Amino acid sequence: VINAGDGKHEHPTQGLLDLLTIRDHRPALEGLKVCICGDVLHSRVARSNLHGLRRLGAEVGVCGPLTLMPADVRDLGVRYFPRIEAAIEWADVLNVLRLQLERMKGGFIPSLREYNRVFGVTRARVEAAPRDLLILHPGPMNRGVEIDSDVADGPHSVILQQVTNGVAVRMAVLYLLAGGPAADPAEGGA
Amino acid sequence: MSRVLIRGGRVVDPSQGIDAVLDLVLADGAVARLGDAIEPADGAEVIDASGLVVAPGLIDVHVHLREPGGEHKETIASGARAAVAGGFTAVVAMPNTDPPVDSPAAVGFVRAQGLRAGLARVYPSGCITLGQAGEQLTEMGELVGAGAVCVTDDGRPVMSAGLLRMALEYSRSFDLPVAVHEEELTLSRGGAMNEGIIATRLGLTGIPNAAEDVMIARDLILAELTGARLHVQHVATRGGVELIRAAKAKGVRVTAEASPHHFTLTDEAVEWYNTNAKMNPPLRSAADRDAVRQGVADGTLCVIATDHAPHHYDEKEQAFEDAPNGIVGLETAVGLAYTELVATGLIDLATLVERMSCAPARALSLPGGTLREGSPADVTLLDPHLEWTVDPAEFQSRSRNTPFAGRKLRCRAVRTVVGGSTVWERAR
Repeated sequence: VINAGDGKHEHPTQGLLDLLTIRDHRPALEGLKVCICGDVLHSRVARSNLHGLRRLGAEVGVCGPLTLMPADVRDLGVRYFPRIEAAIEWADVLNVLRLQLERMKGGFIPSLREYNRVFGVTRARVEAAPRDLLILHPGPMNRGVEIDSDVADGPHSVILQQVTNGVAVRMAVLYLLAGGPAADPAEGGA
Repeated sequence: MSRVLIRGGRVVDPSQGIDAVLDLVLADGAVARLGDAIEPADGAEVIDASGLVVAPGLIDVHVHLREPGGEHKETIASGARAAVAGGFTAVVAMPNTDPPVDSPAAVGFVRAQGLRAGLARVYPSGCITLGQAGEQLTEMGELVGAGAVCVTDDGRPVMSAGLLRMALEYSRSFDLPVAVHEEELTLSRGGAMNEGIIATRLGLTGIPNAAEDVMIARDLILAELTGARLHVQHVATRGGVELIRAAKAKGVRVTAEASPHHFTLTDEAVEWYNTNAKMNPPLRSAADRDAVRQGVADGTLCVIATDHAPHHYDEKEQAFEDAPNGIVGLETAVGLAYTELVATGLIDLATLVERMSCAPARALSLPGGTLREGSPADVTLLDPHLEWTVDPAEFQSRSRNTPFAGRKLRCRAVRTVVGGSTVWERAR
């Protein structure tokens, strides 16, 4: 069985492609600080990222209002940031989750406007970051809500490369799990 | 005159403080005598109970028999058969059927079907509100007249505090217990399991303990205000146990249940999306389970009740969040209670009988729960040494939804006597 994303549980191929994208841009995952920002409660992407990142030695944080955090999230081995400024201060990498717009109706947040103001990954916040941030987003984006359009298209964003890597990762998963032989490292890789 | 002599068993009847090897005579559907070395009368049926425990018939005040409307899950007859196979001589049928039991005619139907089955005594309960819609009180006086032993909107909470106050006040005219399913729906938010690390890992919406505690607190306050009889169903949280303990100490007229699954399992049973571990209230943390056990031990939760909730297998073969709540419980209850509570030294056998027979009878003012002379000849013979493995294929219930398949238990009912007649006997 290949899990192509199930409910609010996991999305393993998204996790793999996020890991690959980060590794393409940073020398190692070991010791890297990655913060997952936004609606972790309803996110299958967050859960797969979190397990993969920790397995490969990264430190993981989560950031957003508590209404969008699952219970006991710290017990998954992550640190929690109630405010985005503190998360950006800490992180090397931000993985910004899509905010499902119907969450406002569900009462999880009072308004999209306030969400952007308090929790949004805005240009001003990114420019004030102490490190050269790498910014991911699993898409589709709500530009101007969880992420500013400038940031999504800006120099720190690797969002389009995530899309490209997604194709490669899913091809690899299908190939390997359908029985194709793994590349032989002695032959110099595939 | 029909006579039965149950000979040489260990008679455990906490209602009279009896725990001794004695003989028991039943005559014409009632307990006639309890004594030493009684010789059988001519033509009496003699039952050898040596090595067995002879208890007043077990009573389960919380079962879903699904009839009318859910006969593919259970009928009153199949449920009554499951009851006697589990050692229960009487059960209280919940009214959340289709249609719900909110009229005297519906109460009469349940009662008649129970009598027709002729196995365990089936006592109907009626709804608190019409259609369990939480808007208008049922005709409680008429329901009592037709045979209802309590009212409850079980499966649903009465969300309006004002309406529940009215129900409690009105119930006082009939001294009728009001049984409540405690869940604040805006806190449980359609959740599927206990809120906590396991729900977080599985990506399931969690139900916080507060959803239950808030309502228990509210209803205890209303019971105190009205002086009515409140019966809190299936308490699953440590907070709930503490609240009820404190209310009892204050003299509030409250009785409360513990379900075998809540004193046995935790939310870890949900791992791998086991829908047979999905119930409402949900399985909670180990601390909650331990508090429920403690509540049973000290009498805060004075009643053990199964919340027997049969579902057809294909209804449970769904995605976890879509699967219905509940498990069957009648045929595993006494084994679980003995194995988890008595064999572990938490309570003694007399307390088990108290929680499963005497206290349930008192809580809802039912006949039975005692072997006093003149009381109904409802007797359960238990083999406390019998070790057995739960095999759902053996269930008399129409449904098999249990998380206990394959579990090794000790103690089982080997003979169930209702009104002086043996209605169930297990080959030994």
